Amino acid sequence: MINKVVANAEEGIAGVKDNMTFMLGGFGLSGIPENAISALQKIGIKGLTCISNNAGVDDFGLGLLLQGHQIKKMISSYVGENDEFERQMLSGELEVDLIPQGTLAERCRAAGAGIPAFFTPAGYGTEVAEGKEVRIFNGKPHILEHAFEADYAFVKAWKGDEAGNLIFKGTARNFNPLMAMAGKITVAEVEELVPAGELHPNEIHTPGIFVQRIFKGTNYEKRIEQRTVRQR
Amino acid sequence: MALDKNGIAQRIAQEMQDGYYVNLGIGIPTLVANYIPQGISVEFQSENGILGMGPFPFEGEEDPDLINAGKQTITALPGAAFFDSAMSFGMIRGQHVHMTVLGAMEVAENGDIANWKIPGKMVKGMGGAMDLVASADNIIVAMMHTNRAGESKLLPECTLPLTGVGVVRKVVTDLAVMDVTPDGFKLLERAPGVSVEEIKNATAGRLIVEGDIPEMKL
Repeated sequence: MINKVVANAEEGIAGVKDNMTFMLGGFGLSGIPENAISALQKIGIKGLTCISNNAGVDDFGLGLLLQGHQIKKMISSYVGENDEFERQMLSGELEVDLIPQGTLAERCRAAGAGIPAFFTPAGYGTEVAEGKEVRIFNGKPHILEHAFEADYAFVKAWKGDEAGNLIFKGTARNFNPLMAMAGKITVAEVEELVPAGELHPNEIHTPGIFVQRIFKGTNYEKRIEQRTVRQR
Repeated sequence: MALDKNGIAQRIAQEMQDGYYVNLGIGIPTLVANYIPQGISVEFQSENGILGMGPFPFEGEEDPDLINAGKQTITALPGAAFFDSAMSFGMIRGQHVHMTVLGAMEVAENGDIANWKIPGKMVKGMGGAMDLVASADNIIVAMMHTNRAGESKLLPECTLPLTGVGVVRKVVTDLAVMDVTPDGFKLLERAPGVSVEEIKNATAGRLIVEGDIPEMKL
């Protein structure tokens, strides 16, 4: 067993520098690496390119890094619900690359799986396809999309072990397993960190080979964006 | 009288068939889940990573790790499954999802759809909409026939940035049910009490009217 455990988020993010490209897991605020984001906010590195499905809200998630003008470019599929984001984008301070959600997921997966590029029908005939190679397969046009590259991937899991094996909970899984595969250095934060052998091999979602560092996160807020309930 | 949003949802629910896996977009499409006909089993997919999505939770039972693509708290029904985003869009692109219902700002008579961007005004992103419309054979649009300014949303050509080209199969509005055909919008049904003339006046794209057009049965 190769031990991947580090003490905390500060050790987890060791080596990050200005102008790097990061992947950050999560859908909305569900399954985001809260501890890593806080640590990145604290050390104040700048010029970052962040690949993340969303950009958080004004005062939580990636919104915290936007507040400090740490992000130069966002690569996302949906960025509503964030006024500061909109302001920075419209004023030209922030570069934004919007790409279809399935393409975003597959570009992460491809990066981790040694697939440099692939064809997808998503976005054909739209502004997303501008400048991209088009090929017809089975009578249907597809556009060429490339795998991402990322210096670090920051992911959040429910449980993990010393070997870096991860188990996710509910829909907090989302982009996390794909980004874990794709980062040159993948840093996983978990709610529960257990010794190797305690997680059943049948139940592992992300094998530890994809994870370089793992730590037990603290003070999870796990904010809910749209609290919707029904009457009893 | 024109339908309200629930009426549109109720009519779309009649398109469901037993055994369908269905993806419902945000807005009117979400309401479709409330009107699934008796005796039919369908399962809802939400592209953030769940099949077998259930109703909203009771107060106090919300789980931040269990949301839908609209970021609303939800529940998982017996038989539900969770998965990552690449597998989710694998289901969608691989045409394992039988039907997608989504909203639109504009639909063109050739099936083009625009629903993600108003240049200079609203840029939130397309989310999963481009993957969904490019992938399924059965795309139904749920929307009001006209916009707030009273202008038709059913056009000869879209004026807004496209989400997909030639992808919409059917449109259900507060006024009518229409198929998208190579010749334009083919009128199938009228909302109760709405005349063909009213529908014609509210449709800027080519509208095909053949024979008597029945009223929707809700």
